[in-house]
Amino acid sequence: MAYLIRRIGFYLLTAWAAITMNFFIPRLMPGNPVELLVSRMSQSGPVTPALIHSLSVAFGFNAHTSLLSQYGGYWAQLFHGDLGTSITYFPSSTASVIATALPWTIGLVGTATVVAFAIGTLIGVVAAWRRGSWLDIALPATTFLQAIPYFWLGLVIIEVFAVTLGWFPVSGGFAQGLQESLGGTFLRSAAYYAVLPGATIVIASMAGWLLGMRNMMVTTLDEDYVLVAQAKGLSNRRVMLGYAARNAILPNFASFALSLGFVVSGALLIEYVFSYPGIGYVLFEAVSNEDYPLMQGIFLIITLAVLGANLIADLVYVVLDPRARQEA
Amino acid sequence: MTVQHEKALAASDGAALLADPVLATRQRRLSLKIKIGLIVLGLFVIVGIIGPFVAPYDPSAIGTDILAPPSAAHWLGTTQTGQDVLSQLLVGTRSTLLVGFIAGAIATALSIIVGVSSGYFGGNGGEALSLLSNVFLVIPALPLLVALTSYLPQASIWLIAAIISVTGWAWGARVLRAQTLALRKREFVQAAKASGERNWRIILFEILPNEGAVVATSFLFTVLYAVLFYAALVFLGLGNINQWSWGTILYFAQNNEALSVGAWWWFIPPGMCIALVGTALSLLNFGIDELINPRLRAAGLSRRTLHAFGGDQGITPVSRRPG
Repeated sequence: MAYLIRRIGFYLLTAWAAITMNFFIPRLMPGNPVELLVSRMSQSGPVTPALIHSLSVAFGFNAHTSLLSQYGGYWAQLFHGDLGTSITYFPSSTASVIATALPWTIGLVGTATVVAFAIGTLIGVVAAWRRGSWLDIALPATTFLQAIPYFWLGLVIIEVFAVTLGWFPVSGGFAQGLQESLGGTFLRSAAYYAVLPGATIVIASMAGWLLGMRNMMVTTLDEDYVLVAQAKGLSNRRVMLGYAARNAILPNFASFALSLGFVVSGALLIEYVFSYPGIGYVLFEAVSNEDYPLMQGIFLIITLAVLGANLIADLVYVVLDPRARQEA
Repeated sequence: MTVQHEKALAASDGAALLADPVLATRQRRLSLKIKIGLIVLGLFVIVGIIGPFVAPYDPSAIGTDILAPPSAAHWLGTTQTGQDVLSQLLVGTRSTLLVGFIAGAIATALSIIVGVSSGYFGGNGGEALSLLSNVFLVIPALPLLVALTSYLPQASIWLIAAIISVTGWAWGARVLRAQTLALRKREFVQAAKASGERNWRIILFEILPNEGAVVATSFLFTVLYAVLFYAALVFLGLGNINQWSWGTILYFAQNNEALSVGAWWWFIPPGMCIALVGTALSLLNFGIDELINPRLRAAGLSRRTLHAFGGDQGITPVSRRPG
């Protein structure tokens, strides 16, 4: 348990660091962001006092109070779930905009990441076991996949499978005219629309797990206990999965948690390319409308979501690795 | 710092590796990955230098040929306003690579400072630095980069590179810390300490030269990371859209619906270029990885040799070459 408590402490610290960064980013930037925004927005139309107020609230920006009390006020707001008012979706609150989009992202990115990790790890195990076979020739191809920008791969996949072949829809999260619900028709439609963006995330992120697992596995295969297992006459399958892969997967799993932030960054762009109704698309809307409260809210929520996913990964790690359990 | 200078830096890292006689022998056999990587990367660096001079058209000049597919006049076709895609690609190479190499250099410097001092000095300070890099490793980069760059609409490529490096140094620092922790206990470091060497001298002359390969891989990795994230940021419309880069081409292609009008020549080439540069960097990285960890090299052996050594039974073959 000591291991888990240490990890939770680390995530709390990281969450504090992210929240504090979020507080300081607008304050470190040149000029007063609220005035800057108001002057920029007044070019396109009248700026209401309510909007100015919402900006000040979003940044916790108040010239009359000290930085420290602003920081305190910022925390108080956060605990009330108040992330300010969105400019793009005015008068909706930033928190409600994010809350609408978040389930889509968690569903799509979560599923795709788990699938990519499972497939990549499995192929990595086989590729290491069959070193010197044709599988080794396939390895440089995975290098190429790893270097492709996620969003560009999305564009190419749309071009081939949606525009040219017409097998899947070009964009969106569900068929037009359907109401968001948990009914069978809606879920089927959502699954159908999720195939292409999900496949893009799987293809783009799989290569990393594959190579990591292969390299770990190659090192593990050299251990004495693998040799002993083979000398005992155990079946190849048992040695490969029960002895080598079982030990090699631990570091790969640890790197899973660490790479999550990178994968999520790429997945957000895939959502934008597919106009998928998740956080990634909202992030793009926020960028093109200079919606600072929304952008910062997204940074905060995505960071917290990644921390949560990391914590889950740690729980699984404790199950996988007896050493993590015995440390206490 | 110029591209050439960066290149020289990267090359000198490689040279340091080769200076080791054992490594040099190994190098002769598996240089293919490193060779291909260097050639492809070198070609792009040359394009980055001469691109603006050899571009057939002004990349921003509006023409009458609208959305024309590749032809003799426009090798990679034209955009919705009749701009030449090839010229945009040639001109855009420079800023893309510059951001990559600048960010790679800054991030590598940061990771050396944080990683090596954290590993070498240890104690509470070392733990705190290690904690700092773990925090930065977990925070997802893209939303943070978006939040940062959105306040700086006309940011120069230097500033963008600096911002990207802030989010990209943590991985290298982690690896270097682990490496330094291991090196710190080695006899030659202990001997240097016992003979009263100063700390900075031990770090510069005893520890860092032994971490050349790790520094090189983390530099190459960060260059790839920066190229990808720079393209992503510009693709979202952040940074300076008026500065031609591969991401800018993709941004305009996406916003003018190149996809739905079937203008594949508009968005395929810039993505291919990013992927090729990335592949070259990864190949170099693999080459270096295999120098450090010879077990990964079994791929180079033929099936028959492997069988003779039991390699196809899951046992790592040990083969020694004469010389």
